[in-house]
Amino acid sequence: MTTLTRTPVQPSAPEAPSAPGFVADTWNVMVRELRPVFREPASVLFAMVQPLVFLGLFAPLLPDVGDGSALQWFVPGIVAMTALMGASFTGASLMQEITSGSHERLLVSPLSRSSLLVGRALKEVVPMLMQTVIIVAVVTPFSFELHPLGILVGAAVLSLFSIGIGSLSFALALAAKDQDWMFWTVQQTLIFPLLLLAGVLLPLEGAPRWLQVASDLNPLTYVVEAERALFAGDLPADTVAYGFLAAALTAALGLVVGLKAMRGSS
Amino acid sequence: MTTTPTPVIRTRGLTRHFTRHHQTVEAVRGLDLEVADGELVAFLGPNGAGKSTTLRMLTTLIPPTSGTAEVAGHDVVREHRDVRRSIGYVGQGNAAGHQQRGRDEVVSQARSFGLGRAAAAARADELLEAFDLTEHAMRPVSTLSGGQRRRLDVAIGLVHAPRLMFLDEPSTGLDPQNRVNLQEQVQRLNREVGTTIVMTTHYLEEADAIADRVIVIDHGLVIADDTASRLKSALGDLVSLGFGSAADAAAGAARAERVNGASVELRGSDLVIRVAHGRDLAPGLVADLAAAGTPATRLEVAGPTLDDVFLDLTGRSLRETGADTTTEGAAA
Repeated sequence: MTTLTRTPVQPSAPEAPSAPGFVADTWNVMVRELRPVFREPASVLFAMVQPLVFLGLFAPLLPDVGDGSALQWFVPGIVAMTALMGASFTGASLMQEITSGSHERLLVSPLSRSSLLVGRALKEVVPMLMQTVIIVAVVTPFSFELHPLGILVGAAVLSLFSIGIGSLSFALALAAKDQDWMFWTVQQTLIFPLLLLAGVLLPLEGAPRWLQVASDLNPLTYVVEAERALFAGDLPADTVAYGFLAAALTAALGLVVGLKAMRGSS
Repeated sequence: MTTTPTPVIRTRGLTRHFTRHHQTVEAVRGLDLEVADGELVAFLGPNGAGKSTTLRMLTTLIPPTSGTAEVAGHDVVREHRDVRRSIGYVGQGNAAGHQQRGRDEVVSQARSFGLGRAAAAARADELLEAFDLTEHAMRPVSTLSGGQRRRLDVAIGLVHAPRLMFLDEPSTGLDPQNRVNLQEQVQRLNREVGTTIVMTTHYLEEADAIADRVIVIDHGLVIADDTASRLKSALGDLVSLGFGSAADAAAGAARAERVNGASVELRGSDLVIRVAHGRDLAPGLVADLAAAGTPATRLEVAGPTLDDVFLDLTGRSLRETGADTTTEGAAA
């Protein structure tokens, strides 16, 4: 067993020149959050298990549509599904930090509450991009046409969306505190209705009126439609604009709710 | 000892209520407290007494329901950012994220205080070295032992060399050797560096061993505030005498009643006397009793413990209430 210290701790820390601002704080939080991701990149696969199952076992059942393969239609939805899964799981890591105590240490540090939330939310973009690259790489050898520019713009839309969903997931974690079951119940209850109502698995063209209305109210619907157009190499201004708008509204809502939750955190 | 021109901590009527199951719980009730620069203060009390809630208000984690607190010259509500920049904090849990590597966490904490990249790295290495953690610094925190994690917590708390350090139940969950090591480190920080320390504990021995000043808290109120030795000497020693018969014991009781300030209890042929400086008075008392023909056959003198102090103040033993499982941290 080791002794606690060999030497007394000298107070040699230099006087901090100035308090870091919001940008520096946010960067600090984001870099800290990304370290485990980069050290164990395979961890991003966790959120991809279900989407990849759908890709492998469900997509082959779909009939080809008029102007393209079923895969071409299905993959953008799966990419959006992965983004939703990944970002909605992310609160679990915060919940772990709440339980272990490191969240409390960050709350007592000079880092602002807003940077603690925004830094975390911005980090969501990175695993989302990694996941998107993996899916595109997996499907490209099959009947899937690669349109890099469209995918790039699509990734920008998904980035905003992931920031919003990630923030909501953090807010949920802060509300659940150390009650894991509450977090997972809410997350699981919301995720599949969102996916089905967005037409990720099956198109909603023939759906009853009430289902159509619910779908129209779902921001993911517009994100998925924009992704499908972009992945097909089209850039229809209105569809893409609606996709951006829906993603931006999700981001705005997430940040507002997330900031409120973080400010109330103790 | 509590009044100085510029206390590091000053609270006035500090109060915190929690609402639990539609009932208001008064966790801390009107605390007036001053801590001077350089003190080593222990908040002692059973779980749920209000120690941690007080600490959480002083460290800006929760706002007071009413009353005020100034820490390092800053109001904990209005100037919470200044308070956070001035204090070090070691909470009940682990400061370092379990997914992170130890060194990264120390560096990240240093950066949050505005240290540049190089300065933060240098400070991290210095602290890791001082806490004997250098060889574990690149391992994920989840793989460290309990004692190593606790050292890392303290290292993270010291990253900006704070003049004031809060520790919330720092030694809970540590094995005896790591506990003693931690206590030594805290004491050295106070003695050699001059850091003001405010810690909570429900270990009597810990408060007794290292604190200059013990503040006993129960049901959200301060019920005693003094050095451990004065708290104990005020209570007095426990002198137990055995006699050959109950009659001898009764005669002994009559004699002992004449000792100033003694509280005498007769238990059959035994006599229990609580009296200040009992250890000095006991030989004379034994001689007197022998001379009077009612000799004592057995003598035992026990110095008071802080548990006796707590028992005397509250009618309950801290050792028993300490086993209480309610945690006030959960309420926050």
